[in-house]
Amino acid sequence: MESSVSYDLSTNDGCGLLRLSGSWLMRSPNASGDELLATLGRTELRALAVDLNAVEDWDSLLVVSLIRIERLCKASNIDFDRNSLPTDIKQLIELSEVVPPNTLSTPPKPSLINRFLNGDWAQKSIDRLLVSAEFIGEVLIALRRLSTGRANMRRRDLIHFIEQCGPGALRIVTLISVLVGMILGYLGSVQLRQIGAQVYVADLVGLGMVREMGALMTAIIMAGRTGAAYAAQLGTMQTRDEIDAVVTLGISPIEFLVLPRMLALVAVMPLLCLYSDLLGMLGGALVAISMEVSYVQYFTELQSAVTLHHISAGLIKSLVFGVVIALTGCRAGMQSGRSSEAVGAATTQAVVAAVVWLVVADAAINIVYQRLDF
Amino acid sequence: MSSGDIHIRVDGLTMAYGDRLIQRDLSFNVCRGDVFVIMGGSGCGKSTLLRHMIGLQRPASGDIQYNGRSIVNASAEQCDEIRRSWGITYQSGGLFSAMTLAENVALPLEQYTGLVASEIAEIVAYKLALVGLAGFGDYYPSELSGGMQKRAGLARAIALDPEVLFFDEPSAGLDPISASLLDELIVKMSQVLGATVVLFTHELASIFAIGTNSVFLDNETRTMLDGGDPRTLRDCSAHAKVRAFLKRGNSGTGDQQ
Repeated sequence: MESSVSYDLSTNDGCGLLRLSGSWLMRSPNASGDELLATLGRTELRALAVDLNAVEDWDSLLVVSLIRIERLCKASNIDFDRNSLPTDIKQLIELSEVVPPNTLSTPPKPSLINRFLNGDWAQKSIDRLLVSAEFIGEVLIALRRLSTGRANMRRRDLIHFIEQCGPGALRIVTLISVLVGMILGYLGSVQLRQIGAQVYVADLVGLGMVREMGALMTAIIMAGRTGAAYAAQLGTMQTRDEIDAVVTLGISPIEFLVLPRMLALVAVMPLLCLYSDLLGMLGGALVAISMEVSYVQYFTELQSAVTLHHISAGLIKSLVFGVVIALTGCRAGMQSGRSSEAVGAATTQAVVAAVVWLVVADAAINIVYQRLDF
Repeated sequence: MSSGDIHIRVDGLTMAYGDRLIQRDLSFNVCRGDVFVIMGGSGCGKSTLLRHMIGLQRPASGDIQYNGRSIVNASAEQCDEIRRSWGITYQSGGLFSAMTLAENVALPLEQYTGLVASEIAEIVAYKLALVGLAGFGDYYPSELSGGMQKRAGLARAIALDPEVLFFDEPSAGLDPISASLLDELIVKMSQVLGATVVLFTHELASIFAIGTNSVFLDNETRTMLDGGDPRTLRDCSAHAKVRAFLKRGNSGTGDQQ
């Protein structure tokens, strides 16, 4: 396909005639446009007319080139004869001039450096803390209304969310728990073998899973699985005006949207935690066997080491973790902006905040347990 | 641009989601330069037909051809090539919210032309000016009103000088004045660009203002009832339902199919 764009400028007594030829198509461009403008800028003309008879094929590229030529002419006081253009091209140029350009200054956008340096982050993090405190307060009020049976929560929603976060998470909890149990087993076995006390692997795995890892690992899985889902669901509802609709129907969005999600997670977390404890101990058993500790030895040792009070210590943790995950997830979703990008940011924030607060909460609970000798 | 020259041919098209039939046996031709209206009540399958016509969904049976080339049987590359000659404006604009208007309009130009950045910037400014948004290039879609977002979507759709322009409910959610301005803009665009316009709408004002040809999709019988110039259909369609639709239900002739 012939795609050459060429031009020819003839001058006669200060009046220029610009002949354009070839095909002026966006898909087969070449640099003649800029070259042409440069040539025109160097000439000293009083008037300019354009002849397009030799143009074979054209699209917006030709129109835009003509607009640029005209602008250049205006800037250097050359009289540009628009009437020399064919009617359809003239129309296309005129159509772009119907509405005068917007003269409002665009909203200022901080530069990248400014965003890092001047982003008064101290103020922002205080604001964020206050918003979080307000959110927690609202949840507490909703819980009180729930306890008196006045909250606007649908039981069907609760069951739906329990189903979503409980059975749905079993497979991944199984995998992770068995592996964590094995990791604890190997960790202990190397040390215990040195003093010939392999059988105490059972104590290490049992207590490690029940008091710590069972609750923490399920919590981290659930933060990624369910906390992020909550933030994304609520954030998307925000973009589609669904949360506004809930509010204007006179229903508290906290009661209607946050409570069922939170209660579902708090109900499911201890169960998942128990399941995880059990599988972790089985994982430990696999390691113990490889170290010549028999099943009987392992489980007898386990039975004497793991008592109900250790198990309840883990379950209390998992309850707190459930609250932490639900609160961070729902808060991020409820406070999400209205664009697709904002929903993504809310989801990220939900997971990051959940993991940070999980570890903080775990440390705090351990300190309390230690002080209480629990 | 000879009118009467068939640009898009839909032949025996049947659309279904699994077992659920949406529309069957749709056959119509769209001529070059037409403003072709696909109308029908809510839920009759207009948006589904759009998704079929732009190749996002495969028909259960039947064929859709552009300039005699089928997109149903086309390979992925051929389909991309045909797609490049279309401009599509979506119901809610379909603008990328993380990009400014100028970046939105520049995207297809950067993708499919070898133009240098300065020329792209010029073309973007020109396209935005065509839809009356000169000077708004640095705004993000969320900073604009709904009508402006639709026009910005149109600017992106016409970035590559398309041969076919698809509009999904262009005037939905706009006030009557903005809607009629948008209609005017659509007609002007199709005239000056020489593009064929396919309009999916149920807005009577738009249908009569700019439609040159049309088909009516029926909800109940799940097929097209009638086709032709919408003004003629309003007065002389053989189907009472079509006349009633085009007169906003005030046909006064009862149901006498």
